[in-house]
Amino acid sequence: MFQPPPNVAKTVQITFEGQTYQVAPRQTVAAALMGEGYLTLRNSVVSGETRAAFCMMGICFDCLLEIDGRPNQQSCMIQVREGMNIQRQLKKGERA
Amino acid sequence: MSLTKYDYVIIGAGPAGMAAAVEACQYGLNVLVLDEQPTIGGQIYRNIEDLEEQRPGEFHQLGADYQEAFELAQRFHSSEAKYRPGRSIWQIDSDLTLYHIGQDGGPSETCHAPRILIATGAMERPMPFPGWTLPGVMACTAADVLYKSSGLLPRGEIVLLGSGPLLLLIACRLLDAGVKIAAYLDTNPHLAPFQALPYLPEALRGHDYLLKGIAMLWQMFTSGAKVHLGVTGIEAQGEAHLQKVQFQQGTATWKELTADLLLLHHGVVPNVQITRQLGCEHAWYEKQRYWEPVLDQWGNTSIENIAVAGDSGRVCGSANSVLTGRLAALETARALGKIDSSQQTALAVPLLKRQNQELAIRPFLDTLFPPRRPWLVPQNEETLICRCEEVSVREIRGAVRLGALSPDRVKPMIRCGMGPCQGRMCGLTASEIIADERQVSPVDVGYFRVRSPIKPITLGQLAGID
Repeated sequence: MFQPPPNVAKTVQITFEGQTYQVAPRQTVAAALMGEGYLTLRNSVVSGETRAAFCMMGICFDCLLEIDGRPNQQSCMIQVREGMNIQRQLKKGERA
Repeated sequence: MSLTKYDYVIIGAGPAGMAAAVEACQYGLNVLVLDEQPTIGGQIYRNIEDLEEQRPGEFHQLGADYQEAFELAQRFHSSEAKYRPGRSIWQIDSDLTLYHIGQDGGPSETCHAPRILIATGAMERPMPFPGWTLPGVMACTAADVLYKSSGLLPRGEIVLLGSGPLLLLIACRLLDAGVKIAAYLDTNPHLAPFQALPYLPEALRGHDYLLKGIAMLWQMFTSGAKVHLGVTGIEAQGEAHLQKVQFQQGTATWKELTADLLLLHHGVVPNVQITRQLGCEHAWYEKQRYWEPVLDQWGNTSIENIAVAGDSGRVCGSANSVLTGRLAALETARALGKIDSSQQTALAVPLLKRQNQELAIRPFLDTLFPPRRPWLVPQNEETLICRCEEVSVREIRGAVRLGALSPDRVKPMIRCGMGPCQGRMCGLTASEIIADERQVSPVDVGYFRVRSPIKPITLGQLAGID
């Protein structure tokens, strides 16, 4: 869906759903995951339907993820950090 | 919670906020700039500082205004202003005490200044239709942000839906970067160009913008993308993510397109979350059907010592944002005794002159690209309006029929606007639907009352527990 640019140094290691990825620094978590081919970031807490980042500017809250143990983080506004551990949030009360 | 004191707190580090900070520092003011994003530039100039270093050459592709913005960014960084990225404001008190939190989960912090400037910019107007919550459907600015900040380019079958200069600009930027756009579904009403004609002579004073617009239209229409005009209805469909769109032009039969990515645009509206929380007076701007804070020429709101600059007032673009930022800073310098009224007036003359020039095209543009009813009030009753709580048109109309005549009465009945986005994504649509059901204007219906905390905050952060 989204193609990352070629020849960009991938110097940051993050873990998403237990799998590690090398990603470019100074980008947001949502962008990094989209660059790795992930579009769906969470499920609606109401219907369980899949959701992806919609606005990428902190308005819609559809990009919420659990980051380093803290739930409901706006992943479109948080930059990747070395060793960051990221989990999807499924339906209310469920975890991956 | 310790209270830090400044002369001037500016919220937002986009064009308006940066320009205001640079100007205010020139008069010796002690300035704090809080911004929610990790880097300066706001949305329009996202990643402005790192772009050239990360992806050499692309910067120049973005145009001359990026060079100007880069210079502004450099002046901002070499100014005395204290800049704190990644800070979200969750409350401002009437005595101008301001509460903000970081994304690190650390405790809430408090600061105070005798003057506050709100430069929180604009957002895209929500454009609800069946399936707009599917992964693969995004605001067009989201694709722009992904490109500017990470160099990500969309691939696959890309469909654009909407109208307006920003959609064209983003489409042309993608085309310049080598992206193939499969289809462009234009939603503008056929009559709009005729209605905009009376404003054309005035708009000719802003002929640079007009020429740029014509060049973009030419690029879009000759790009090989299939262009469909007068689109009045759409449905996004797919299992777990977008696979196809069905669309209708007027009363014609529905057509189908394969789609991997659908980018939307239905105009831009001011982000009024903070001015609403403060209780500033807002007025309805009929041409673009949004509420805007009532401002004087210096950006002063109805509340003393609270001002607004840039597109969180009326949406007028980045060049005007810089000018309004500087005007607001002059007003603060005068209010705090750094310059007198006659100096302020003299300093403002060239800024107001340029502003007059900048704004010449706006009545034309605002009439040429009006918000359109099928998306203001979706015909399909099952369309989800509130994305967070999944509330449909039908449920809102039902609540009105049961006697909930305003957004604040509808909200507790069906949870519309009660999710994490706190009504940002549904507020305008909810007011339009309630007004439509009551057969009155949104002015008679009003908007959600925006209450603190305007950003989600944990009890731990509130209690100052790290």
